[in-house]
Amino acid sequence: MRKCCVRELGRIDYGKALELQQQLATQRKQGTVGDHLLLLEHPHVITLGRNGHVENLLASDEILSRAGISFYPTDRGGDVTYHGPGQLVGYPILDLRDWKRDVGAYVRAVEQSLIDTLAEFGIEAGRIPKLTGVWVGDRKIAAIGVHLSRWVTSHGFALNVNTDLSYFQYIVPCGLTKPVTSMAQLGVRASLAEVSQVFAAHFGRVFECEMLFEAPVLAATEREN
Amino acid sequence: MTDVVMPQMGESIVEGTLTKWLKKRGDRVERDEPLFEISTDKVDTEIPSPAAGTLSEVLVEEGATVGINTVVARIAEEGGAAAAKPAEPAAPAEKAPEAPAAVAAVSVAAPAEKAPEAPAPVAAAPAAAPAPPPVEPEAKPAEEPAAEPAAEVSGPLSPLVRKMARENNIDLSRVKGTGAGGRITKQDVEAYMAQGTPAAPGPAAAAPAVPVAAPPDASKPAAAPPPAFSPGAKTKIEPLSTMRIKIAEHMLLSKRTSAHVTTIHRVDMTKVAKLRERFKGQFQANHGFSLTYLPFITAAAAVALRQFPLLNASLDGNNIVYHNEIHIGIAVALDNGLIVPVIRGADEKNVLGLQRAIVDLATRARSRQLKPDEVLGGTFSITNFGSFGSLVGTPIINQPQVAILGVGTVDKTPVVIDDAIAIRSICHVSLSFDHRLIDGALADQFMTKVKQVLEGWAEEVL
Repeated sequence: MRKCCVRELGRIDYGKALELQQQLATQRKQGTVGDHLLLLEHPHVITLGRNGHVENLLASDEILSRAGISFYPTDRGGDVTYHGPGQLVGYPILDLRDWKRDVGAYVRAVEQSLIDTLAEFGIEAGRIPKLTGVWVGDRKIAAIGVHLSRWVTSHGFALNVNTDLSYFQYIVPCGLTKPVTSMAQLGVRASLAEVSQVFAAHFGRVFECEMLFEAPVLAATEREN
Repeated sequence: MTDVVMPQMGESIVEGTLTKWLKKRGDRVERDEPLFEISTDKVDTEIPSPAAGTLSEVLVEEGATVGINTVVARIAEEGGAAAAKPAEPAAPAEKAPEAPAAVAAVSVAAPAEKAPEAPAPVAAAPAAAPAPPPVEPEAKPAEEPAAEPAAEVSGPLSPLVRKMARENNIDLSRVKGTGAGGRITKQDVEAYMAQGTPAAPGPAAAAPAVPVAAPPDASKPAAAPPPAFSPGAKTKIEPLSTMRIKIAEHMLLSKRTSAHVTTIHRVDMTKVAKLRERFKGQFQANHGFSLTYLPFITAAAAVALRQFPLLNASLDGNNIVYHNEIHIGIAVALDNGLIVPVIRGADEKNVLGLQRAIVDLATRARSRQLKPDEVLGGTFSITNFGSFGSLVGTPIINQPQVAILGVGTVDKTPVVIDDAIAIRSICHVSLSFDHRLIDGALADQFMTKVKQVLEGWAEEVL
């Protein structure tokens, strides 16, 4: 069975996580490391996908910086999105050649892991055709945006666990004017750590790999700041 | 010729959007080097080049969505490209049939588009990209004005292309389009301008615009040198970024405001270098960043600023404004500019705190995440051009401050100590100061203090 190393990074700056992702993706392409799943949480940040439209960012730079939100243009797919405390962010760094050479299947599988995770907490979530992501009714609970280089994935998903949804007012999430929701809003009280454990298990099942947990390294450094 | 196609990214995926070309027409590519990016279903993918050679044809424009296996570009392999480059008589003949072929392929892909306007002699030139003869512009103007000024431009034009044409006074009917259906892309306009073809019918009309736009206004002297380019010269015109405009204004303002003088001192950094060597690894392990010379120099400057408060002051009319707090700005180089974020209360921080602040500010400056107030309120600045290899510099004061410290490289150098030659880590540190307020004697006392602190650095201070 293939193995996938899980790293739980705690709350980590977007830039730092990006650097780590890029480093792992490069090493994965070279074949010097195996598959990884990074699970973490970001401080308030708004990111813009490669094909995103700045118009979907509703607030000016000044308003964002006053609200303590940073802003990053990135190379992932998708439009503008918000990350912040209370959101489980997952960055799988997988070589799809070892699984299926199919980006569509990959995105559907990430969605499936999220749907299964939510089901375990009693939330019935699903897909809306043509609108990548995971939805509860017509409310978006998890967003997906992926970058692929030589079949190695980076970026990933963001699941609203107990996110303060008011921060989404600064953007049109993924360019869609549909509402967002969170597990907390749907009445589920779960910590990020719990959800992250459950997710890793489902991810392993869907992608048919054994999940190996690694001790948190970066989280400690981050807290010192 | 190798065809580059929109790849099949998965069973259910029938088309993809070409989001970005990572190479331009005429660029060399290596096999497997990222060539373009596509987007399918929230997944952005970099597509590597299938072959090594020259990107000779770009058939699909950025933003277009095409079915899988559509040819998006062609790569001329080693042999072919090499033959085409030298302007041998054989080459143009060989090249010629190729261009129409490309056009045909495009028309098939996009039948709705109008056929490109007559592949006139002018149009042929950019197609043969590798070796256009820009050396003989005289030869062309004679025949060019003959071309119909209002000639049809094939395909719709993007607002960007229209804007570029307007600003540079380019007659688009003369620009060969390489986009889908012969559409003119930004790259085509750039290629046309780079070629140095005369700027359309009225170069005379364009020239006066420059001096008029910048009259000899008292607030902006010397801003408008006479146009240094002439039509037909090898020039490329690009508007300044907002940041660049601000930097330009700020630099001129400072030169006009302050009476700049620079003094240079040689500092023996051997003690600091040894400390740095010893603690570098530990810093990396414990704090996640390296230990550089800059926090030591910042600390030394802070000590000297406390002793000589006139260097931590501003001049306001006929008043000296002494700043009680020491806020040191650190110049950070950006891709096409610079920014000076400020370490507040620099004298209250130790080397660790200063290094952390420097790393944090520099990182966020580069990712453009500084908050507005983090670049304001500096009372003194440091610029570390040594990191780019400069020995000595004469920096411009960051207004409304009155002095700036420039740090050169730290190099092992033979020096004479007590009539013996020793190898020491030497750094040249320069101070540009405003002679309206500060005299040379004071500036050198300040520098002597900086030097003393650095040369006598005791380990416990770390």
